[in-house]
Amino acid sequence: MINVDNILETIKMINEEDLDVRTITMGISLLDCADADIDKSCEKIYNKITTKAKNLVAVGEQIEKEYGIPIINKRISVTPISMLVAVSGGDPVKYAHVLEKCAQAVGVNFIGGYSALVQKGCAAGDRELMESIPRALAETEHVCASVNIGSTKAGINMNAVELMGRKIVEASELTKDRQCIGAAKLVVFCNAPEDNPFMAGAFHGVGEPDVVLHVGVSGPGVVRAALAKAPKDLPMDEIADLIKKTAFKITRMGQMVGNLASERLGVPFGIVDLSLAPTPAVGDSVAYILEEMGLDVCGAYGTTACLAMLNDAVKKGGVMASSSVGGLSGAFIPVSEDAGMIEATRKGVLTLEKLEAMTAVCSVGLDMIVVPGYTSASVISGIIADEAAIGMVNSKTTAVRLIPAIGKDVGDELEFGGLLGSGPVMKINQTDCSVMINRKGKIPAPLQSLKN
Amino acid sequence: MRAVISVVGKDGVGILANVSNKCAEAKANVVDVSQTIMDDMFVMIMLVEVDQLATEFTMFVDDMEAFGKSKGLDIHVMHEDIFKSMHTI
Repeated sequence: MINVDNILETIKMINEEDLDVRTITMGISLLDCADADIDKSCEKIYNKITTKAKNLVAVGEQIEKEYGIPIINKRISVTPISMLVAVSGGDPVKYAHVLEKCAQAVGVNFIGGYSALVQKGCAAGDRELMESIPRALAETEHVCASVNIGSTKAGINMNAVELMGRKIVEASELTKDRQCIGAAKLVVFCNAPEDNPFMAGAFHGVGEPDVVLHVGVSGPGVVRAALAKAPKDLPMDEIADLIKKTAFKITRMGQMVGNLASERLGVPFGIVDLSLAPTPAVGDSVAYILEEMGLDVCGAYGTTACLAMLNDAVKKGGVMASSSVGGLSGAFIPVSEDAGMIEATRKGVLTLEKLEAMTAVCSVGLDMIVVPGYTSASVISGIIADEAAIGMVNSKTTAVRLIPAIGKDVGDELEFGGLLGSGPVMKINQTDCSVMINRKGKIPAPLQSLKN
Repeated sequence: MRAVISVVGKDGVGILANVSNKCAEAKANVVDVSQTIMDDMFVMIMLVEVDQLATEFTMFVDDMEAFGKSKGLDIHVMHEDIFKSMHTI
């Protein structure tokens, strides 16, 4: 029989330490839905998604009940919509509406893929889609948008960087009476992964199978609880070992849930995304893990080192527990979704500059950061360019999800509710960089040798 | 399929009997039991076979947990595989 301590440990992880499977995300290819008539194309999309994902939510709930593991989100990612716009032309927002209708019909809480991949330049449909993003996000509730503006192989498309700075501001403005929620559903990527199950950046890459199921695991609370039990003089390498062991257990659970769900849905299993994704629930915070390692407040000197070790140990533990790992895999640092990050921001310890350094060593990037409403589009483009440069040079994914809080200033807060949490407006450097941004063009891809 | 029933609560007379009775009513066959006292708390782990259940497994889960609440016990019923996958290589 299984060891009693192990059984009690698992139950405690779920009940007291917020262990959960963060998301099961079904990736659906829409390439076979493309039609020169946009209305026909929308009809095919509706039929395909509502057929393939018909049982997604029900199967998720069934597994939750049988295995006693909460599966927080059931989601869908689709082929970047710009590819369908390329064929059909017309108003891309029509696609956003049909995706919204699908999300409501199958009961998922987000659908991602209102996206364009423009790292090297815009093809047919790309510019139209990017231009339409603010409107699409304002007119829908569950649709998420993303744009990939750079990669290690292609460099950074500065035309797109300039455009997306303006679009982020516009997305906020169009939803200013709803806590600027539009911008919270828009991610600008460098090196976007094609099999990411996490929102708002999920889309179904063109190299993926027709339908596939990805799982995103979580569990910052469990890692923190494990570290809390460790003595204060335990060397860092032993802390790393503890994290590895915990990550192994969390990932095994995710792998099991993924296998089960893919079997019951009759859909091939894709990847497990080995991530530590915080939620606003107290205790379920990545910042608290860093503080548990010995920092007074997240953002203190030493934070980047702790995060680098955490991120690496999570991957090392997780890789052995899963047969296929992918997506973003690493620790997430979305400010508004993490109770510890919110506190650290309020205290003024966690700044945008520190967060930028942190993004160089963990997955994703500047995530869910609320900036003053008067921040200019070119400053936001500057932030995107800097973040993309970090990703491009280090061959990793970086992203920017900033929310300009229209009409608000430092000291005010935005309240998104639910998993998106709430965020204090962060003071940022407003120095003008518009001449550089307006140069546009592209930043050439970096050299892949002579690395120093 | 086998499930693990965990029971944690203040020690008292008849816990084992009560829980086993509920299992018998639902036609869950008990294959192993281990019990101990940890920090003054009664802790019992039961391994049961649930292939012949009189009801749906999910109903059984709800019933057992509600029964636990009525007796002041913390009862969880979970599929055995979750523990196997997390704690064995």
